[in-house]
Amino acid sequence: MELVRSHVLVCGGTGCTSSGCEKIIKEMDLQLEKKGIQNEVKVIRTGCFGLCALGPIVIVYPEGAFYSTVEIEDVKEIVEEHLVKGRIVKRLLYEETIQDQDTIKSLNEVDFYKKQLRIALANCGVINPESIEEYIAFDGYKALGKVLTEMTPDQVIDIIKKSGLRGRGGGGFPSGLKWDFTAKAQGDQKYVACNADEGDPGAFMDRSVLEGDPHCIIEAMAIAAYAVGANQGYIYIRAEYPIAVKRLQIAIEAAKEYGLLGKNIFGTDFEFDLEIRLGAGAFVCGEETALMTSIEGYRGEPRPRPPFPAVKGLWQKPTLLNNVETYANIPAIILKGSEWFTSIGTEKSKGTKVFALGGKIKNTGLVEIPMGTTLREIVEEIGGGVPDGKKFKAAQTGGPSGGCIPAELIDTPIDYDSLISIGSMMGSGGLIVMDEDTCMVDIAKFFLEFTVDESCGKCSPCRIGTKRMLEILEKITNGNGTLKDIENLEVLCKNVKESALCGLGQTAPNPILSTLRYFKDEYITHVEDKKCPAGVCKSLLAYTIDPVLCKGCNICAKQCPVDAITGERKKPYVIDNDKCVKCGICLEKCPFKAIFKNY
Amino acid sequence: MKTIAELEAIRERALQKVNLRNDRKDGIRIVVGMATCGLAAGARPVMNAFVEEVNKRKIQDITVTQTGCIGVCRLEPIVEIYMPGEDKITYVKMTPEKAVQIVNEHIVNGNACIQYTIGTEEK
Repeated sequence: MELVRSHVLVCGGTGCTSSGCEKIIKEMDLQLEKKGIQNEVKVIRTGCFGLCALGPIVIVYPEGAFYSTVEIEDVKEIVEEHLVKGRIVKRLLYEETIQDQDTIKSLNEVDFYKKQLRIALANCGVINPESIEEYIAFDGYKALGKVLTEMTPDQVIDIIKKSGLRGRGGGGFPSGLKWDFTAKAQGDQKYVACNADEGDPGAFMDRSVLEGDPHCIIEAMAIAAYAVGANQGYIYIRAEYPIAVKRLQIAIEAAKEYGLLGKNIFGTDFEFDLEIRLGAGAFVCGEETALMTSIEGYRGEPRPRPPFPAVKGLWQKPTLLNNVETYANIPAIILKGSEWFTSIGTEKSKGTKVFALGGKIKNTGLVEIPMGTTLREIVEEIGGGVPDGKKFKAAQTGGPSGGCIPAELIDTPIDYDSLISIGSMMGSGGLIVMDEDTCMVDIAKFFLEFTVDESCGKCSPCRIGTKRMLEILEKITNGNGTLKDIENLEVLCKNVKESALCGLGQTAPNPILSTLRYFKDEYITHVEDKKCPAGVCKSLLAYTIDPVLCKGCNICAKQCPVDAITGERKKPYVIDNDKCVKCGICLEKCPFKAIFKNY
Repeated sequence: MKTIAELEAIRERALQKVNLRNDRKDGIRIVVGMATCGLAAGARPVMNAFVEEVNKRKIQDITVTQTGCIGVCRLEPIVEIYMPGEDKITYVKMTPEKAVQIVNEHIVNGNACIQYTIGTEEK
């Protein structure tokens, strides 16, 4: 057996891949070989550790040294100092982990991880996602074994029902009930499917689970198939997630090789096969009926429900469709029991939720918290707060279907029902933090641009309604809005919400409705005073040069991309606001701070 | 995969390989001095001998790790063993053979190998 004294874990999630972890791994291998210790030290590419803001991340065990933003030049130092001589390279350590002179804190004691509880992400960043044996080492496929050899399908459904697990894709429908409906539905053939078509801007939870722990989804789908009586499964994933797709493929092949997919699994009559279906990246395909239409090979468009997928799903057969993160909770629930799961979370929302933290926050990344954790804990403690001393203004959850939570509601506990009661929704888990420099009308406009692009066009409320809403928002941000426009906007929002065919259209007005609810004054300022209080909407701001401070150095005029600045040397320059495109370069470049943004 | 036992066998085999990746702060710690002085005196084979023996005997809750210069370079390779609730014991002038002996006698049986300790050497 190979014996190694040290494991070097390099994050291979998409975040760290784009910050260059491949090169780090290559260099690490090279340096280890140079020192002749390649047989003593093992380099492992793992899934996401969560702290994407600090990538590439390298963790060296057994010491548990957490190196962040590692550059290629640093690799040699880590090898020579740490791996050869045993001296931890302090300068590269994540500063939060340095306890005092000589000791380093365990990662679990660091603020970012302290309040987290990892169930869905338990193996992410710990195992090599391309090794089935490492997954098995951490109790992988044990739950499947238990289910197949000790439990009846009804017992499995019972555990899931009792656990109180709710759909993690956003809707929050009780998973046990869904399983029960599918199991009871009549049909000679049934399917299970996994929704990995994560499309919200700023959300990357499902991708990270698939990249970091693909076997967990395979195991959970096999369990689900046994419970509902299916023998074929489909994972619908967008082609834009190449790393996740590749690791899933490797995992499926390994599972087949080990006899964990296929016929007679664990010596029983149970058989289950799994296939990947790639989506082209349309947001509407995350909607369950559109997703199934797309799997069948047709254009991804939704259809009215009922019939629900549990009755008529793929090829008109009963189909169980769950989100990636929902599945990721299943093996743990089976192994540890429903009582354990219900002990976590709030009364109606059990367990944990993974959030992708993004926007104006220090620790951009992936966090998993018990339900009921307040937004303040996530933003200030786990997320490290808003950078540059700016003030927290709002957080956006649920992406284009969700809404904003203003600063005054920062102590809201995060669970399905609390979020809905304040006009937002859990969504799949994107959490975008906004500071005082964010214009709420502009944010609503951003999300509407997205839904207009992504509307499939099948129903008119969504196809035409979202477009009209966007036009009104554009009118307001251009400074041409009236109070009547705001009124019309509100009416239109309510109409679209009530009449659209699928979830995409029904929830598309949410970003507008929630910003109108909490930030109506900002809309009114845009309309009445023709001002954008955050200084974002370009049509409503003007750059001016202070003639007293201006030394006439000509730097701004040279930098201006549209030649909007004119003047004579050594005399004050002037900006022609008709030509100006409000890019702000002059303000940045002026050595005398003579240029001001007026809003 | 035909039986649970088969899965369990894979699990045990694989666990040995990933056991290193635990953030454990308790348990036994074997610390090998691996600064330039230690390396020059042959700390690397000593470290490997410890890793190998610990794995062979499937000892749980143990960390074999390295550290920098312990200070008495003339006595390298130096190894320090921390058993929970006991005083640290420092072994000097280590060899792979001594390492195997220490794992067996000190860690498994609980009898420190007094003959290799710094106290005996410095008498």
